[in-house]
Amino acid sequence: MDNMIIEKIMQKNVLTLSPDHSIQDALNLIKKAKIKHIPIISEENTLIGIISDRDIRDAAPSILSKNEKLDALLNKPVKNIMKTDVITGHPLDFVEDAATIFYEHKISCLPITTNGKLVGIITKTDVLHTFVKLTGAHQPSSRIEVRVPNITGMLSEVATVFHKGKVNISSVFVYPEENEKFKTLVFRVQTMNPMGLITELEKKGYTVVWPHMMGE
Amino acid sequence: MKDSVFIYSPLFLNYKFSNKHPFNQLRVELTVDLLKKLKALEDDEIVEPRFATDEELELIHDAGYIRAVKQAGEGKLSEHEALNYGLGTEDTPIFPNMHQASSLIVGATLTAVDHVMMEKSKHALNLGGGLHHGFRGKASGFCIYNDSAVAIKYIIEKYGARVLYIDTDAHHGDGVQWSFYDEPNVCTLSIHETGRYLFPGTGTVHERGQGSGYGFAFNIPLDAFTEDESWLKVYKEAVTEVAEYFKPDVIVTQNGADAHYFDPLTHLHASINIYREIPKLAHEIAHSYCDGKWIAVGGGGYDIWRVVPRAWSLIWLEMKNLSCKAQGALPKEWLEKWQEKSPVELIPTWEDPDPLYQPIPRKKEIEEKNNHTLELALQFIRQQREYNAKKNVNGQTF
Repeated sequence: MDNMIIEKIMQKNVLTLSPDHSIQDALNLIKKAKIKHIPIISEENTLIGIISDRDIRDAAPSILSKNEKLDALLNKPVKNIMKTDVITGHPLDFVEDAATIFYEHKISCLPITTNGKLVGIITKTDVLHTFVKLTGAHQPSSRIEVRVPNITGMLSEVATVFHKGKVNISSVFVYPEENEKFKTLVFRVQTMNPMGLITELEKKGYTVVWPHMMGE
Repeated sequence: MKDSVFIYSPLFLNYKFSNKHPFNQLRVELTVDLLKKLKALEDDEIVEPRFATDEELELIHDAGYIRAVKQAGEGKLSEHEALNYGLGTEDTPIFPNMHQASSLIVGATLTAVDHVMMEKSKHALNLGGGLHHGFRGKASGFCIYNDSAVAIKYIIEKYGARVLYIDTDAHHGDGVQWSFYDEPNVCTLSIHETGRYLFPGTGTVHERGQGSGYGFAFNIPLDAFTEDESWLKVYKEAVTEVAEYFKPDVIVTQNGADAHYFDPLTHLHASINIYREIPKLAHEIAHSYCDGKWIAVGGGGYDIWRVVPRAWSLIWLEMKNLSCKAQGALPKEWLEKWQEKSPVELIPTWEDPDPLYQPIPRKKEIEEKNNHTLELALQFIRQQREYNAKKNVNGQTF
């Protein structure tokens, strides 16, 4: 499962600035590299802060005030406005840990550090892409949903049907249902013809939620 | 110059996985027999296909994969190695001489291409082809070699023409799309049942090509239980607008006949009526933009008795401007000959029974969803057109 750790999906070439770079420098980098966040590091590569396009916007004077004020702001060092209480992750964290952090702290970018030194960065998009891969929807497959009683061994029994049918499973999800007595198993299986599997599952008494035929 | 040629060989039947496999080329023979009994297909219109050479297959496929297919067909490939190439699965089992059978299918589509591009004929039909799931190095979804992708690459390289590929199979035309995803000289348009459940799962509206091929892939995934009216609205608007935008030199249409209500593998609710309209518009587009150059291939279609022979005959009849012949009863001799072999009762007329199925309760919702998808898919073209229109107005004004 090492594809599910941060180290495997993080961006390793991180664009950074020092605390003494100007806010104008930060703005230029954000525009040029089309990024939203810049980690601020010391000479020893220690993470000391982060600045986002929003921090700059929040610090900018109102458009109604005079332009000199804006110029003055842009010449100031980023350390004046950077956030210093940075939430960070570790290269060996799981991707789902990062997902939880993004969700709970309402942030969209996570610098990754070891011993306080910056080693990478991940964004919400990177995490989302990993989950897309997990669903198996990026390779040729069909989807089959089976409703099973919420007791041990059901996944194994259903998977045996696929095994006997010589069909490879690309991914599997176990969805909780409102009625706690049941769960829905969602498979993506590598076949264009799931009919045999469905017949077999139904013969064994399982409820195939999808595909279901209307009419016939 | 002839108007149309029909590429066919009884050897197409050698592309056969097993007796219980849903992919069955007997449907081509059923179609040929139906057309002959209708007196709409003469012997001098039928052209023998050639085999594709290895060099031609390599226009799309990896040499290692071709070698593996050859070895598999001779029983010389280990099970483990075979599985790495997608061979020996339930979808694409290994069968004797599978390389020869598959390269004949590709050769048949190349024969069709040569007839059209060398102006021996305006249109050409190869119902044995349309194996759109084949990948560069992997068999997938009943397809070994991708005849359409090889043929399109062959058109670009040999004839330097720009190709519009229209795929109306109920499954996404993934193999062809990925082969030309960054190629601006090929525009792919696939209209299929959404991949949320159905194989292969790709073909979302957001797949639009990449690099210099961006804006040259179009996908319209339709909701399950989509019916004729909504399907045809999407088809007509998409094909008309994409053709106008791309202005192809030649069109290649993939005519999978598995969107029909009777098809056992998919969940679309189309009737035979869409198979009358599909080639009609393709024919018009070919004459408006390509001086008639139109290559049509087969594809999916798993109700080989009740649906495919009628649906595929309509392509040939359209090419020959004979679709008026497809009305009322099917030829009696054809029905008598095949009824005893068919496990289901044949439909005795060109039209489907009415009603074909129980009304779909969610019809309105499905139509609304499909319209939204169509809108998203064509947004790119429509915005560009509006922009150009404005530019022209401004150009004249100032």
